[in-house]
Amino acid sequence: MSAETIATVWALLIATAVFLYVCLDGFDLGVGILFPWIHGREDRDISVNTTAPVWDGNETWLVLGGAGLFAVFPLAYATIMPALYMPIIIMLLALIFRGVAFEMRFRTETLKQTMWWDRSFSGGSYVATFAQGIALGALVQGIEVEERAYAGGWWDWLSPFSVLTGVALLAGYGLLGACWLVWKTEGELQDQVRALARRLGVLTLLFIAAVSLIMPFLQPGFRARWFDFPLILLALPVPVLVVFLAWRMFRALEESGHAARARTEPVPPRQVLWRDGLPFLCALGLFFLSYTGLGISMWPMMVPPEITIWDAAAPRSTQLFMLVGAAVLIPIILAYTGYVYWLFRGKVQAGQGYH
Amino acid sequence: MLWDAFPSALDLARFQFAFTVTFHFLFPAFTIGLASYLAVLEGLWLWTKREIYLDIFRYWLKVFAVNFAMGVVSGIVLSYQFGTNWSVFADRTGPVLGPLLGYEVLTAFFLEAGFLGVMLFGLERVGRRLHFTATVLVAIGTLISGFWILSANSWMQTPTGHSIGPDGRFLPEDWWAIIFNPSFPFRYLHTITGAFLTTAMIVGAVGAFHVLRNGANARARIMFSMAMWMAAAVAPAQAVFGDLQGLWALHYQPQKVAAMEGHWETYRGAPLILFGMPDMEREETRLALQIPHLGSLILRHEWDGEILGLKAFPRDARPTNVPLVFWSFRIMVAVGLLMIALGLVSLWLRWRGTLYRREWFLRWAVAMGPSGLIAVTFGWITTETGRQPFTVYGLMRTAESVSPIAAPAVLTSLAMFVVVYFVVFGAGIWYLFRLFRHPPEAHESGPPRGEPIRTAGITPAPSVDPRAVPAAAQSAAPGE
Repeated sequence: MSAETIATVWALLIATAVFLYVCLDGFDLGVGILFPWIHGREDRDISVNTTAPVWDGNETWLVLGGAGLFAVFPLAYATIMPALYMPIIIMLLALIFRGVAFEMRFRTETLKQTMWWDRSFSGGSYVATFAQGIALGALVQGIEVEERAYAGGWWDWLSPFSVLTGVALLAGYGLLGACWLVWKTEGELQDQVRALARRLGVLTLLFIAAVSLIMPFLQPGFRARWFDFPLILLALPVPVLVVFLAWRMFRALEESGHAARARTEPVPPRQVLWRDGLPFLCALGLFFLSYTGLGISMWPMMVPPEITIWDAAAPRSTQLFMLVGAAVLIPIILAYTGYVYWLFRGKVQAGQGYH
Repeated sequence: MLWDAFPSALDLARFQFAFTVTFHFLFPAFTIGLASYLAVLEGLWLWTKREIYLDIFRYWLKVFAVNFAMGVVSGIVLSYQFGTNWSVFADRTGPVLGPLLGYEVLTAFFLEAGFLGVMLFGLERVGRRLHFTATVLVAIGTLISGFWILSANSWMQTPTGHSIGPDGRFLPEDWWAIIFNPSFPFRYLHTITGAFLTTAMIVGAVGAFHVLRNGANARARIMFSMAMWMAAAVAPAQAVFGDLQGLWALHYQPQKVAAMEGHWETYRGAPLILFGMPDMEREETRLALQIPHLGSLILRHEWDGEILGLKAFPRDARPTNVPLVFWSFRIMVAVGLLMIALGLVSLWLRWRGTLYRREWFLRWAVAMGPSGLIAVTFGWITTETGRQPFTVYGLMRTAESVSPIAAPAVLTSLAMFVVVYFVVFGAGIWYLFRLFRHPPEAHESGPPRGEPIRTAGITPAPSVDPRAVPAAAQSAAPGE
């Protein structure tokens, strides 16, 4: 394989790792985002217990994204991180609040302590999500680079567009979290998050539309991608599929509601996936399409407006050495991660945890 | 002027990295040993079928969960900090160091994170055998993680297997030589052993504390006894590993060793300076209390071996803070000697049959609780500040590694790190102390066992779900 081909493969792999992170930690963070609407200790415990066995693994994809970028696209890593200095550091600090709260909120002795760890869990989720959205918006807008180094100031990331993407991601993760809880819970809590999922679904769609309309005007290259023939043929299915998936998601939420009202006894896990799990899968689909849309806009830029995938690539020897490991290890990781999810399948009930 | 007193962006970035990495390493230093200890305990439970080991396992599992979470979230910070604060370093060393960290994520982090969930939640879901496998995999994950991170750090100490491109980038030539760079094997051994001792000291202190309160607590006695065996066996071995590491350091990093020893002049038959005040202005170690020839004997294993002094090197290639290197090293060694003493005395008392009855010894063991963490921290300070003024030893200077970020931004983020770390990890550590204060009991609560979760009538309620009884009732539980 030539160095260019390997770099392209790696760009897709890193994009996949980041996407897996967005999906997986997206619903974890989403649960935190929904916290203000989930009242009562028991419902909150159930909500957290749906993600408690897996959150750590989910967050590891973020570490892979960081370390992978450092390894195979060091120039991108070395320019993006200083450019997004504040959002990245604030995100890391927020993840500390969130992560420690996972362990600590079950171990408190007074209600007041629980309240503080709940705030730490929820507040951390909000801030981390918002910072991730800002980072995304700032990256898409472009980063000023001179002689292999970031050349802008420490507030460049703040713009109306990056704030928009920040808020949009809050809605999006909230939707993922709500749909996840529809899948993993039952009873009143499920009814409640189902209603939230509907509202957040509408909000998310509005934000997808707003970001999509602004995107082409951020960089001339983006505009060409979306409005020039024949590229438009490639791009056109994306918005069409978004509309279809959104419709399917809302319908699945309705069906799950009907089924819940008609239900008299617990359902086996397999049926749960296809009825209560479908909204979650549709929401993931929406994320995938939005992500693909971003990818279509940015390709082949890694750090817009100047650094391409191939500019940023590490030498061939580095990329190949990592690729061998990734080819062997990522399937194994996916296998045991899948196994862990399977192990904890089904609805989570009150008092079911380990603490 | 105020601005003259303002620290430079470089100094702030250095301090920030020192702060975050030092704080972070407290957690894995404990986690690495504790994971293996848990695997041993669960193995003993399965092998001997004695519930007592399961109780001890559960007692430490709760500690492990909190400690592990703090290690994970403080570690993620580091994987991004190379980019945020050290972007030039990241750009130039990424092709060599990046894959080592990448492999750490792929081989260790996912393994630990994936099976930690099973370990904490899954005993009733997966059965004993698989649960034990998960525990062992988590323990192996911690050792693999240490492997890669030590390999990366050791490459920065003794870079081999690369070439340097025209743009100043380090280009990999031989991965085997990069991973198994000269200083790596002994530094890995030294670090892992240090982590095991750290755990032994903490477990021993908690055990001793509860033996002091209630000499009949069998669980406390077992953990205390196991920890003392570990100290007796491993602390002396650690001294040997440390000595071996000193030998290679003399070969590859003579400046560092000169700073550790406080030697300015080059000697044949160098003395061993026990204490003194290294003075960087006057280029001498004042008030030195020294033993003739012992320095050469330790480092060269020869009566008249030659040891280079700091003056043999240009000023800009010497460690930038000699007193820090000198004193950190002495603190580590002193604490290490105390551990060896503790281990040896425990053997004596055990032979006399009074291990659990000598109050002064139990108190000493309690006081030694943080000793491992202290030794590990000062050992790292010695080796890292001794590498200065370079990030990649001899090849890339710290001053040219830093990101183009303005000092106010670095100061702001530093302030945020300090506040958040002290608040969040402070609360976590405070909670760990509360766990330690609680005596290990029969039917220690932990991951739920084979019984259905809500059969509170069969299993005592607190052992299934501590929330099922009010806190007041819990603290009045038997054994208090």
